[in-house]
Parts: sequence; structure tokens; C-alpha cells
Amino acid sequence: MTDVDATQIDIKGIREGLLVTLGEGDWPQLEQALMGELQRRGDFLKGAKLIINVDAHELNVASMSRLRDQVTDSGQLLWGVLSSSAQTERSAQLMGLATRIHDGSREAEAEDAEEYYEEAALQDLGPDSGILVRRTLRSGASVHSPGHITIIGDVNPGAEVIAGGNVVVWGRLRGLVHAGANGDEGAIVCAMDLAPTQLRIAGHIAIPPSERGEISPEIARVQAGQVIAENWTLG
Amino acid sequence: MTGRVITITSGKGGVGKTTATANISAALADMGHKVVCMDADIGLRNLDVVLGLENRIVYDLVDVVEGRCKVRQAMIRDKRLEELYLIPAAQTRDKNAVAPKDMVRICDELRQDFDYIVIDSPAGIERGFKNAIAPADEVVIITNPEVSAVRDADRIIGLVEAEQKGPAKLVVNRINTEMVERGDMLAVADVLELLAVELIGIVPDDSAVLVSTNKGAPIALEPKSKTGQAFRDIARRLTGEEVPFSASNGNEGFLGRLSKLIGTKEGRNA
Repeated sequence: MTDVDATQIDIKGIREGLLVTLGEGDWPQLEQALMGELQRRGDFLKGAKLIINVDAHELNVASMSRLRDQVTDSGQLLWGVLSSSAQTERSAQLMGLATRIHDGSREAEAEDAEEYYEEAALQDLGPDSGILVRRTLRSGASVHSPGHITIIGDVNPGAEVIAGGNVVVWGRLRGLVHAGANGDEGAIVCAMDLAPTQLRIAGHIAIPPSERGEISPEIARVQAGQVIAENWTLG
Repeated sequence: MTGRVITITSGKGGVGKTTATANISAALADMGHKVVCMDADIGLRNLDVVLGLENRIVYDLVDVVEGRCKVRQAMIRDKRLEELYLIPAAQTRDKNAVAPKDMVRICDELRQDFDYIVIDSPAGIERGFKNAIAPADEVVIITNPEVSAVRDADRIIGLVEAEQKGPAKLVVNRINTEMVERGDMLAVADVLELLAVELIGIVPDDSAVLVSTNKGAPIALEPKSKTGQAFRDIARRLTGEEVPFSASNGNEGFLGRLSKLIGTKEGRNA
């Protein structure tokens, strides 16, 4: 293989700078295609910090410093090199280049979306565990868990609670709730005041009636393919 | 002197942020405090119009941020009140001309010379809103007794908490007491039940506000106006005074329910 298609070179912005991903091919051709691309987009990329993912290609210190010089000449800064090759990683480290980037996407997203719940921390939970949220969820807030979710506080309209397991709200439930989100039809939702904008259990969607009688704790479940809600009584 | 920065915001547009900013600022200044109000709605300024100061603008907030003038030079003194100043927004730029840290820097400078810095936030939850709440010591949410405004207020209260500027305080604007009595509008009590934050004002729906806004003369300075009184009460509550909610703007059942709710809320906080 001698010809390298420049369109395989992907450049995208990440928190640290620009992440450059190369296509398939031999290193010398890839390097050439990369430099061609950098020069072609010279003005646009001037002064950019580049993190180049060289994949499994093995680069010794000499070839890496050549890469760095070429990048510098074309007006960018080689800031990091990502590689699955231990040799390449060592060369990069010897030259003081970064070899790890932290996955900023989730962090940046969380900041942008003003997610004030640490969803990341919940990823590792198994289906039998649960989380407790001790505050009122206002419009725009969202809590997700693969396990159960208990909320002490209200769930206001515009907030959402999505659980793989059951959802218990010790307060007024007025937002969107989805229990058994991974398909568990046996999941339940209960609340001191069960008045969600929409209630989902597994694949079933229910819109509770807007006219309601006296407020009392209720429990919703799927029975014969229908979501039903009944008073939650002792015994 | 270390002034307090109070940001007036709402999420939804058209609920009366600018009117409230003008009136609360005027009422505070009328009480003898040194007050500067700032229009953070870059590109859609109108606090200057409501205060009747539009024709005196030379420099604006963006000029201060970009170093074309000093903060002092951008301040316009009110026609009526010695101790009230306005820093207008730029009309020909957009929200991105100002960053949250610029607002913090300007407000830190103003804190030295003023008792209160009142910021009029733009609608929305984007950059303009972030600019407006960045320097805030206190955030006042304006809402109307209508579902969409209350929903947005709820979202804003959450965002204010997330920025650690909470708990926000609430003003319910444009209350029509007759309709509340008939059960037509979402009553203040219903609003409070959902939002569960401290209520610092109920402002009646009053066509005189429109007239005063168009004249550029804040209604808070009209001693006989009930609406003006409502704004003066808000200003007093913001200074830390205990002002009971007046019995004249509602029947007993409504007020009874309201005070019960305020009572419960305090109990909850304790």
C-alpha cells in the first residue's frame, strides 16, 4: 500500500487542543499525508496544539522528533502523541510529549448541560443497587441509574427520573418518570403524590389523568399489559 | 462600603424583570441607599427606556468591558433620585461581548461606592444569564402566575442553586386578585408550593405600570399606588426588614393559605 487518502485524516477539537486521527497505511505515507493536510489547512490551524493518534505505529525518538520539527515548521505545536505501541509511547514521554488525554467530552458536556448529578459515578452500579437523592429535582434536572432510585423531595415538572429498577419518591412526583428502563416489566413507581407528567414502566407509557381526587400515596405497576396505579396501603 | 449585588432574573421573557429592576432600584434609592442598576441584556437594552434615561447614554457596559471608558463614565444619574445610577447595555453588540468574569470585576469595583448593585438579567439560560448571576450575592426570580413562567422559574432556581448563588428569592408579578379569588389563575400559594423558595413580593397586575413604564417614571415613586407600595415592600425586604404581606391584596382565605405556606416553608428550613 503506497497511496494514503488525505480524507482519512480526521481533525477534531478536544479540550486539550486538536485531536488528529490518521487512517490506515504505512508510517512514511501517513506522515506525508498528515503534513500535506496541515499545510493545506495552514491558516486555519495556525498555532494549534495537536495531539496525534498514531495508533499502533512504532516511532523511535528520532522519527518522533522529525515529526515534531515538521509540525513546528508548518505552524502548529505537537503537544501529545497517543499510541497503542509501548515503544512509541516511551519515545513520546522521553520527548516530554503527553501520551494521555482525559476524556473531556463527558466533563464538558456535564458542564454545558448544567447536570448537577454525577451520572458518571453511577455507571458502575449493578441492577440490584440503588441511589438515594435527598433533594428536590427542579425542572431541567435529571437522575439516571441502572439500579433503583429513591428520592426524598419532590420531582417537579420538567425534571426526569430514569431507572433500570424501581423508583420511589418520598414527595410529590410531577415530572417524567421511567422505571424498568431496560425492559423490566416488574418495575414499580411509587410516590406520596403520584402525579407525573408521564409515567413509563419498561415499554409502557401512561399519562395520568389530570383530574384527581384526594391525594394519597400510590403505587404504579404493569398488570395485564396496562399501567395501573393503586393506593399504597399498609398490610 | 461593600455593596450587595442583587440579580433580577426569570428564565422566561416578558414577566417583568426590567420593570422590577427599575422599581426595586428606585425604591432602594428612595430609601436613601446608593444604588446602581445595570442592564445585562446586551443587544436588547431597555432598562434605560423604563427609567427614562435613554437620551443620556454616552458609554455603555461593553465600553467599560473593552476599556474604552471608566465605570464612572458609563454611569448615568437618574433624573429624580440623587443616589440612583444606571449602567446601560450596548445595543449594537451581543451577549458574547461580555464574560462572567468581566461582570465580577466591574461589580467588585462598584461595591466600593454603592450599597446596592441591581442587575437586570436577560431572559434565557445562556451566556447573558450566566453573566448576570456571576457577580450576584442574591438572586431574585420574577415569575407570573402562569404555568410556563413558573416552569421556567423552577429551572432557573435549580441553575442558581447549581451555581451556588441560592437560595433564590421569589417575586410573583401580575397577580390579578379577582381572578385568583375566582380560581382562574394559578394562585400564589400554588406557585409557592411548587417552587418552595422564600417569597419576597406579590405585585398586582396594574395597567398603571404600563403607563409609568412608557413615561419612564418608576411607579415605585408614586406614594399612592398599591403597585408602587408592593415594589417598595420588596425593596425593604431585600434590605433585611420584616414587612408583612398587606391584607389589602387578597381575601382572607387566600392570605390565610399563603401565610400557612410561608409558615410551613420556614418550618421545613429549620
